[in-house]
Amino acid sequence: MDTLMTLLTIVVATAVVNNFVFTYFLGICSYLGVSKRVDMAVGMGLAVTFVMAIAGLLTWLLNNLFLSEHGLLGYDLTFVKYIVFIFVIAGAVQLVEMYIRKFHPPLYKAFGIFLPLITTNCAILGACLLVDLQTDRFSYVAQGMMGLAKAVVYNVAAGLGYTLAIVLMASIREEIEFADIPRPLQGAGITLLIAAILAMAFQGFAGMAG
Amino acid sequence: MSETDLPGAGERFIRGILPENPVFRQLLGMCPVLAVTAGVATALTMSAAVLFVLVGSNLTVSLLRRQLVPHLRILVYTLLIAVYVTIADIVLKAHLPDLSRALGPYIPLIIVNCIIIGRAEVVASKQRPWPAFTDAVGQTLGFTLALVLLASVREILGAGKWLGFQVLPDAFPKWGIMLLPPGAFISLGILIAIVVWSSQRQARKAREAQLAATVTPEVA
Repeated sequence: MDTLMTLLTIVVATAVVNNFVFTYFLGICSYLGVSKRVDMAVGMGLAVTFVMAIAGLLTWLLNNLFLSEHGLLGYDLTFVKYIVFIFVIAGAVQLVEMYIRKFHPPLYKAFGIFLPLITTNCAILGACLLVDLQTDRFSYVAQGMMGLAKAVVYNVAAGLGYTLAIVLMASIREEIEFADIPRPLQGAGITLLIAAILAMAFQGFAGMAG
Repeated sequence: MSETDLPGAGERFIRGILPENPVFRQLLGMCPVLAVTAGVATALTMSAAVLFVLVGSNLTVSLLRRQLVPHLRILVYTLLIAVYVTIADIVLKAHLPDLSRALGPYIPLIIVNCIIIGRAEVVASKQRPWPAFTDAVGQTLGFTLALVLLASVREILGAGKWLGFQVLPDAFPKWGIMLLPPGAFISLGILIAIVVWSSQRQARKAREAQLAATVTPEVA
């Protein structure tokens, strides 16, 4: 029960209180680019969540079991971790794409062009790096295998938070499609101002759930 | 396209600063722009790291451009960039530990910054090292301009300071929201709107001048 509560707290704290888009500014490029229609926003959000979970699992295992000096190899190899992380993410995206194309063609059609784009989505690498930075919350040394569970839950929650943010934005942008926006603000300008108002609303959660 | 058709070194340099400003015109690399601009000091540190990585990756890609295999090129760019970012990160951690902590994950996130991969693909993989170098410096200057502008607005209005020095009197009520995430979104939205507005105005004036030049002889 205790474990469940800890994991639930991580979900709320990551998806809502410290939303990746509104507090860490991660994944802004795709947030501004792919938020014109709700169905595309949902596709992008789910694809990001999916890859984030897999990348989080793999990078945690590699980082804690092989690269850390407390790992199996016994050497401090953390200086290559960025190279390893980006390799793992690019590989994970490729594998996920191949797997989905082979076994779930309808899903592949739904994800479409989003999957390859995700490699350069900074939210994925950002989530892995944030897990890596908070050693006392997630590392094997401090938490044992519980660290892995927490890290994966953290990554999934981060992806869900991103999905929430991008779907909210897409719903608003669909509504203002025919609004009379001043010409200099059209496109990026008005999107950023809407994001500001959404971010203000999300500031209201600050301090909740640890 | 042969190499001689592409813009030369001087033009590459000029273009990066305003006409092809990576932030205001191309809307690339937005994450660091919003995340590290609560203060001018972090903005300048970020720009220095981007300068090192972009110059390094552009020069290396340009030197390797004849050996690049088309379907593996993106992988090669990413690995080269990750190597330079690792160097920049280790140097920052050693010499500026406080700023390195303040920048958190955003220095390693330069790896997935679209500006750097974009320049490798558009310029460095097609041109000689010298134009690739000036392009890297020009683009970084444009990036720095955007970052410092945004950071100045946010730090002056939010904390009454610029690079840590007091600029507004204590009587000025500090706009705390400018230092928080909403302030970043608002300031960037308004700055982009101003840049778009001025370029639209210039385009309209140029069109009117052209129209006047073609119409006048017939009237006379």
